[in-house]
Amino acid sequence: MAGFMTVFGIWLGFFLTMAIYSFLYKDNPFYKVAEQIFIGLSAGYWFVYTIYNILIPNLFNKLAEAPSKHYLLIIPGILGLLMLTQLTPKSAWLSRYPISLMIGTTAGIGMVRYLSSDVIKQATATMINPFVAGDFWSTIGNLMLVTGTLTGIVYFFFSKKHEGVFGGVAKTGVYFLMISFGAAFGYTAMARISLLIGRVMFLKDIWFVNLTELIAKLFT
Amino acid sequence: MKRRIPLLITFFVGILVILSEFIPHKPFGLLTSGLEDWFMIIAGFAIILGNLNLLKMNAIKIKHKQENWQYYVVAVSSFAIMILAGFLWGTKDQAGLLGQGEAVATFIGSKPFDWLFNNAYEHLAATMFSILAFFIASAAYRSFVGRSPESYLLLIAAILVMLGNTGFGSIFSHISAFIMKYPNTGGQRAIIICAGLGVIGSSLRIITGIERSYLGGE
Repeated sequence: MAGFMTVFGIWLGFFLTMAIYSFLYKDNPFYKVAEQIFIGLSAGYWFVYTIYNILIPNLFNKLAEAPSKHYLLIIPGILGLLMLTQLTPKSAWLSRYPISLMIGTTAGIGMVRYLSSDVIKQATATMINPFVAGDFWSTIGNLMLVTGTLTGIVYFFFSKKHEGVFGGVAKTGVYFLMISFGAAFGYTAMARISLLIGRVMFLKDIWFVNLTELIAKLFT
Repeated sequence: MKRRIPLLITFFVGILVILSEFIPHKPFGLLTSGLEDWFMIIAGFAIILGNLNLLKMNAIKIKHKQENWQYYVVAVSSFAIMILAGFLWGTKDQAGLLGQGEAVATFIGSKPFDWLFNNAYEHLAATMFSILAFFIASAAYRSFVGRSPESYLLLIAAILVMLGNTGFGSIFSHISAFIMKYPNTGGQRAIIICAGLGVIGSSLRIITGIERSYLGGE
């Protein structure tokens, strides 16, 4: 039976893959079914994952094993349940309490940690001596890095009109941002293409091999 | 009551977290780690809320027999099957309500939840994201038409980075590495620093109660 289920799994994967790719021709019922299966399975997966990996170990197990030690966890438990009041419009305002706690925590953590990691550390990393003795390209690169960072920051300063020298500096910043966006686009495109290659490899190395084996069995 | 208490909670919690970063003594460190644990638990419930909301919206569409309602039955069924498989027989590392599910795992090769994940979910996720390669290509064709120096820069950087990730020769991989290491880092760093400053400003507005859109209407 395990062997049958393995083959069935390969064919299920094949049909779901082809159903999704059928959208390249036009929207059709096969694509819609595969899309809804994807939505349902994703939601189900995250539901089960959340219960097993977040709520059971961090809340239910702790409360069950040592309630006197972890009694304060009742508070996030209750706040979590209040979050579910969003499902009924009349009591939805109760969800503001857990949301406010989450927003407050995120804002507090964000303020201090972003200041440290995204502002101070990035600024520190930019304060370098760009000139590398005997290495022309590293020097050029470092100059580009420092210029790109500074002019990019100038571009994001909207309290002064972008004209004159300031406008020229901001324009240089735009050029660096465009290179950055182009590089990001190129990387994203390559990541998607590598996924596409993965799908083609599945069809060629797993499904097609299975198909030829089945045909061989049928005719021998 | 409906707005003031949530605003006070946000203010109190936000200030507490900020203070704890500067006062590395008890009880501040413990309070912050406790708050982070609470955050994780509430976020877990938020994920469940999202799932239940999806179920509710689909159920409404099916109940009122809205256009294409049959497809929503498929979504609800897939959701139910995945949950049942997960809770009855558990996952690879977790036991379910019916135990470890060894008998069913021997029967089909792996636990039903893992079987569905490996043979349906993974294929669907990979294909869904890989299909974007085609749309990215068509979007690139439309957006990469060089109209200005900026769009030429975007076009050239993207092409060089893409070629650098293929087997077209080491010269492209060197150029791609240079672009990624220097001008790209410069641009990204400007974005990160400015976004960081934006986060700090937004956080201050939230903690002090100036920004309160997260409370919704009413």
